[in-house]
Amino acid sequence: MKNDNNKKIASQNQLKYRLEGSTLYLYNSLNFAHSGDFVNDMLKRLKNYKSPELIINLAGLTEIDSAGVAAIFYLKRKISEKNIDVSITEASNRVSKKLELFGPDKATTSSKVKKAPFLESLAIRLQDFFTSYISEFILLSADVFYWTLHDLFNPRSRRKGEVLNQAVLIGVNATLIVVVMMFIIGLVIALQSSAQLRHFGANIFVVDLTVIAMMAQMGPLITAILVAGRSGSAIAAEIATMKVTAELDALKTMGLNPIRFAVIPKIYGCLSTMPFLTILANIAGIAGGMLAAYLFLDISPEVFINRMGHSIYSKDIMTGIVKSLVYGSIIVLTGSFFGLRVKEGAEGVGKSTTVAVVVAISLVIIADSIMGLIFYT
Amino acid sequence: MASDKIIEVNRLSVSFDGKTVLSDASFSAYNGNITVILGGSGSGKTTVFKHILGLYPVEPGKIFLLGNDIATLDENEQNKLYLKMGVFYQNGGLLSSLTVGENVALPLEQHTDLPDEIIKEIASQKLSLVNLNDTYHMYPSQLSGGMFKRAALARAIVMDPQMLLCDEPGSGLDPVSLASLDNLIIELKKQLQMSVVMVTHEVSSILRIADRIIFLADSKVIFEGPVSDALSSDKKPLINFFNKS
Ligand SMILES: Nc1ncnc2c1ncn2[C@@H]1O[C@H](COP(=O)(O)OP(=O)(O)OP(=O)(O)O)[C@@H](O)[C@H]1O
Ligand SMILES: [Mg+2]
Repeated sequence: MKNDNNKKIASQNQLKYRLEGSTLYLYNSLNFAHSGDFVNDMLKRLKNYKSPELIINLAGLTEIDSAGVAAIFYLKRKISEKNIDVSITEASNRVSKKLELFGPDKATTSSKVKKAPFLESLAIRLQDFFTSYISEFILLSADVFYWTLHDLFNPRSRRKGEVLNQAVLIGVNATLIVVVMMFIIGLVIALQSSAQLRHFGANIFVVDLTVIAMMAQMGPLITAILVAGRSGSAIAAEIATMKVTAELDALKTMGLNPIRFAVIPKIYGCLSTMPFLTILANIAGIAGGMLAAYLFLDISPEVFINRMGHSIYSKDIMTGIVKSLVYGSIIVLTGSFFGLRVKEGAEGVGKSTTVAVVVAISLVIIADSIMGLIFYT
Repeated sequence: MASDKIIEVNRLSVSFDGKTVLSDASFSAYNGNITVILGGSGSGKTTVFKHILGLYPVEPGKIFLLGNDIATLDENEQNKLYLKMGVFYQNGGLLSSLTVGENVALPLEQHTDLPDEIIKEIASQKLSLVNLNDTYHMYPSQLSGGMFKRAALARAIVMDPQMLLCDEPGSGLDPVSLASLDNLIIELKKQLQMSVVMVTHEVSSILRIADRIIFLADSKVIFEGPVSDALSSDKKPLINFFNKS
């Protein structure tokens, strides 16, 4: 008996609808369960609908929920697009209250933003890219450059120990990884070329090859890439966090320049350690090559060092140092730039760190090729 | 002299990405008063606050701080003005890389020629004024929420500012801590003869400390005046605000 009753209610609640002439009658209940099917079915049926008007008659509808309301207004909007006049009539008190509550003037999404055509939006994005990224990056670089020179002769403006602290964080702490990596790279390069050189009986040239490759190219570049990976992300994360937690605002309203306070010590710390790090990297790379030469080409360390005198050029040493300074600036600037650009929230911090590392490494490689062209042509 | 304007906001409008947050807002804060800016969440209180501090460009509108149009100041003049203000940010703004003591000492270190020992003494004294005696060498992350707020307050007042600006100093505090923070602000105001501008939506706080109220709703200033007038006002948002809580 009770079961029967339940069935009855279920069937009573089942949505029924019927299109008669230019009137659509709805019965029972329009809710989450049936609204999707209802809309799809109606859109199909109305595809070839020709009459200039459609009346949606809700007299038989007893229940409606937010999905039902959304469905009706969606249908209305779609049909209106075909220049058919749609009206909704005879809704009961209860239903019309729901229509009002969940109706489209409440939802702000209905005011659709018109999408620009593809080319136009591409042009806008490109323009945005140039105006916001590049010009801001140049402005930041100019600011940093100015304060770097200014504060060089004005030691009072620095917090005691901060530069040393940054030098340790960015430079000194990277020593081990740089030395180990470069040793391995030197070893592998010498090893791989030794097979070729042996064919020509030109064993001894492995010395020139390793030394020049390390000093002119690999030392500065690998050091920069490793430092970018370690410190580029750390710098971006630190500055982004400072921005998100209003530390930068606080600095400003304490009358302190945030760039001067947060970025400049990193520049000093990085620029004062990068050349030494690069020189260490060169030495480690050459040592790796020396080991490979001894093991695979029977070139003793004495012979290697002797020969080295012919292949070390002071020009390579100088360009290596210049390169390391340029890379150091790139790493700190990119880290700071993406840190400063962060919008509110912890999620933004993570994003800006990733982007900072990728961009820093790319810029280092680009700068490397440009400087290669300048110094060696 | 009680009618001296320390802050005058004149027809300020703000919108972010085309969304209006403030339209044509004007109000003033007066010397020697505790002025409270209130309004529901998202009504633009922090936005007004940051504009007053010159952290966003004021456009369109004008803001005068201690008689200076902040849009026309260069960096030096702006910094001079900042030295007369203590600022307390909604999420603290203490530098996480420095200890609490170093944070409080920072403005002194950067803006005065005082020897380190005296700087430390002043910082410790300001910390004990907010009942944080043994925290000089702790890092901000090691403090509880309420201690963090008091430390931020200590830093805000370390230069004996002429005015103190606070964005929701009481948010997230239990009623007892909130009351003691309010009393602290009242006490500091008396001792240091500061004017205070405070953003909050804690009714109990407002009743305890406010002299004047500025009420933001629907991106407008809908009320400006003494607390007693606000309580007897027949404006609906005000009635709702004070009765609901
Ligand atoms: N930098 C921003 N970029 C975009 N929109 C913002 C920015 N800052 C604030 N808003 C928007 O401005 C409105 C007001 O924000 P505001 O932080 O001033 O509110 P509030 O009154 O301080 O709120 P609460 O009491 O929650 O702190 C919000 O709708 C917010 O989304
Ligand atoms: Mg706020």
